Amino acid sequence: MFVIDCPNCGSRDQSEFTYAGEAHIARPTETENMTDAEWAEFVFMRTNTKGLFAERWWHATGCRKFFNMLRNTATDEIHAVYRIGEKPPKVTANLPATPAGEASIGSGNDAVKIMTRDEEAAS
Amino acid sequence: MKRYSALELIRQGLGGHRGWDRVWRKPEPKPSYDAVIIGGGGHGLATAYYLAKLHGMTNIAVVEKGWIGGGNSGRNTTIIRSNYLFDESAAIYNHALNLWKGLGQELNFNIMMSHRGVLNLAHDEGEMRQLKRRVEANRLNGVDSEWLDAKEVKNFCPSINISGDIRYPVLGGTLQRSGGVNRHDGVVWGYARAADALGVDILQQTEVTGILTEAGEVTGIETTRGTIRTPKVASVTAGHTSVMANMLDIRLPVESHPLQALVSEPIKPILNCVVMSNAVHVYCSQSDKGELVIGAGIDAQLSYTQRGNLDIIEHQMASLMELFPIFSRLRMMRQWGGIVDVCPDASPIISKTPVKGFYVNGGWGTGGWKATPGSGHVFADLIAKDEPNRIAAPFAIDRFTTGALVAEHGAAAVAH
Repeated sequence: MFVIDCPNCGSRDQSEFTYAGEAHIARPTETENMTDAEWAEFVFMRTNTKGLFAERWWHATGCRKFFNMLRNTATDEIHAVYRIGEKPPKVTANLPATPAGEASIGSGNDAVKIMTRDEEAAS
Repeated sequence: MKRYSALELIRQGLGGHRGWDRVWRKPEPKPSYDAVIIGGGGHGLATAYYLAKLHGMTNIAVVEKGWIGGGNSGRNTTIIRSNYLFDESAAIYNHALNLWKGLGQELNFNIMMSHRGVLNLAHDEGEMRQLKRRVEANRLNGVDSEWLDAKEVKNFCPSINISGDIRYPVLGGTLQRSGGVNRHDGVVWGYARAADALGVDILQQTEVTGILTEAGEVTGIETTRGTIRTPKVASVTAGHTSVMANMLDIRLPVESHPLQALVSEPIKPILNCVVMSNAVHVYCSQSDKGELVIGAGIDAQLSYTQRGNLDIIEHQMASLMELFPIFSRLRMMRQWGGIVDVCPDASPIISKTPVKGFYVNGGWGTGGWKATPGSGHVFADLIAKDEPNRIAAPFAIDRFTTGALVAEHGAAAVAH
């Protein structure tokens, strides 16, 4: 199970939090000028990264505030928690060496267990 | 392909079982193929089989990064049904169900298809209205579906608890009698054997690392075993749909979540059908080995680890105990997860893309297994003709721009 460091409340179990999807997606301001395709991009399209991913959570049974998190979706390792409005910090993560490569532990797929240590700044 | 039969079993037995063919070959990749399917699960192997059998495309390959059926095909709870709400969904899931009915015979492989019936339960008046609406919609679309009240549910499934003493009692449910379960490994192996016999190369332990294009058209793929030239690349990788699409900068509305499942210790036959509940969230059936096969909702976070969190399992067990207090002493034996590619409308993507020759079949989310033969069948049609047929067309990716969503969260029966 995850343990998540809420910026306000400290280390709590993941079940206290609610997931809020991909981070850093700004709601467009001039929506009346957008095409259907541009609107679909905002409402529906997602990057769905395998690897270092910036996402939002909020502390449902605690302070009930939103915050950002940098987590490696290929291993579930949490690299950073940072406040709304801040930019993601630079971290070092164990990333898949190939696009669909898998973590060295926890995955049953022996054929693609290739991880590499990589310096990565999430955009 | 040597036919499996009782006679063949006896004949081979007399020869010490040394005469059986390999079920599929282990070929070296050719430098080029007429089409390459990325993803060696049920959907991918079904696509290859129908491409070879119905469209005469036998110079094709299935490329699989691990072992065939090692992804979601090996991790689902094997439920087969077609009782979705909208016309478009009924078309594809019922197409699949009709193919399931004869598949074991067609592939000459025991897929252990059991049409034991699927119950979807209602626990309040709102659910009753929704489910009764779905029964009528199903009937209009030729999907067998009927409404049972609580007593009739108990009659059909004796081990269920319909007592009024629980928080959300069973008020009734829908029954699809032709729904049921089958053996997921058997389906994968059956399709693999049949496709291989038609000349399809199944390339396991071969990961696609890039897709090559020239002037907006597909020319081949890069793999961990070299470059393969091909004009048609079809991605059907449950759990990694976005990873494949990202190779060509194609944006998708897909998010990949863990979906967990578990089995109990084996017990004598006690559960004679599939039981699913949205409100008291769990779905359960009993395998031929005697294990209860149990599933429920996805984990909320995105993850590619095929692992989820324990609180999901605790909720599943609480729901199971409400519906079947008789199971409270059972030990749970094994738990696992898969990666489900969820679309905002809980319907799949079967589509051409802006890149000519690149086709995507994915985003089945939590409901892909039941569609396996239908998905492969219509995807093969799309790949061969470069146009989607009537069944596949509503699932094109542009529906997220036009707004023609096929909203099936209710019928999907899995919490998102």
